[in-house]
Amino acid sequence: MTDRTYMRVRHDMPPGHVRTPAYLRGKIGWVERTLGPFPNPEQLAYRQAGQPLPLMRLRFTMAEVWGDAADIPQDTIDAEIYSHWLEPADAPHAP
Amino acid sequence: MPHDHHDHLSPSGHPYRPDDDHPLTYWQQMEIAVRELLIEKGVTTAQAINAQIDAMDARTPANGAAVVARAWTDNAFRAALLDDASTATREMGFDIGPMRLIALENTADVHNIVVCTLCSCYPRNLLGLPPDWYKSRAYRSRTVKEPRKILAEFGVTLPENTTVRVHDSTADMRYIVIPHRPAGTDDWTTDALCALVTRDSMIGTGLAKLPSA
Repeated sequence: MTDRTYMRVRHDMPPGHVRTPAYLRGKIGWVERTLGPFPNPEQLAYRQAGQPLPLMRLRFTMAEVWGDAADIPQDTIDAEIYSHWLEPADAPHAP
Repeated sequence: MPHDHHDHLSPSGHPYRPDDDHPLTYWQQMEIAVRELLIEKGVTTAQAINAQIDAMDARTPANGAAVVARAWTDNAFRAALLDDASTATREMGFDIGPMRLIALENTADVHNIVVCTLCSCYPRNLLGLPPDWYKSRAYRSRTVKEPRKILAEFGVTLPENTTVRVHDSTADMRYIVIPHRPAGTDDWTTDALCALVTRDSMIGTGLAKLPSA
């Protein structure tokens, strides 16, 4: 699938209100669609004006997220991740 | 024989459940205190609060079922729904408020299931209040890791070559699954089709009912 845009979710554990699930941090997925811009919930949570950010729907394979523990490796998880949590990445290697 | 022990059993033959009487929790007390203060200070009224509760209770999965049945029978609507579900459902007449919706279509090869691992995001405007299990830690943590086991516990076993797509409702979007239309319903009216669309089939933990045998 050469036309996929792959992104890695930042592998950070900052304090505060964050809507990036911990189980996806550091994982690589491809962009399913782009949504937004929506205000950054990490700022809204503290009554600050939320900076408008693109919201990416990323699609991950079960193999990428759970490794050998995946039930069916080619099943997928989609999640909405704010763009400041994403960095460009190459396609993950086949397990 | 269960019916022999009249002291401990209800007329149905089952043990009586203990009454659900317990002191108010911290957050229940907090909710009452804040509500009373808002009314006392004239910010809102008891009538306005009751009207909101009524509005919330009036939303049921029948709304979502009407959307699904129309998608099954009206190709232009189906295309519009998959393209922009917020606009399509609003134009159908549903007051979805600020909710932003994505419709996920089940096909012969793909089964979609929705979860919110971070809290309990749910398309309430179309499906009403979420079931308790949807908010449980077990459903939220297990669905992203072992969706096929969860599906099996709901009585849905899918072939290995059906792709299961889990959708974690992590941010601004809400999701409704468009279940696969059962075979043998080609000449059915939308009203009749609505009766096949269950709440769970729109969460993805179930399938649409089959035409009753």
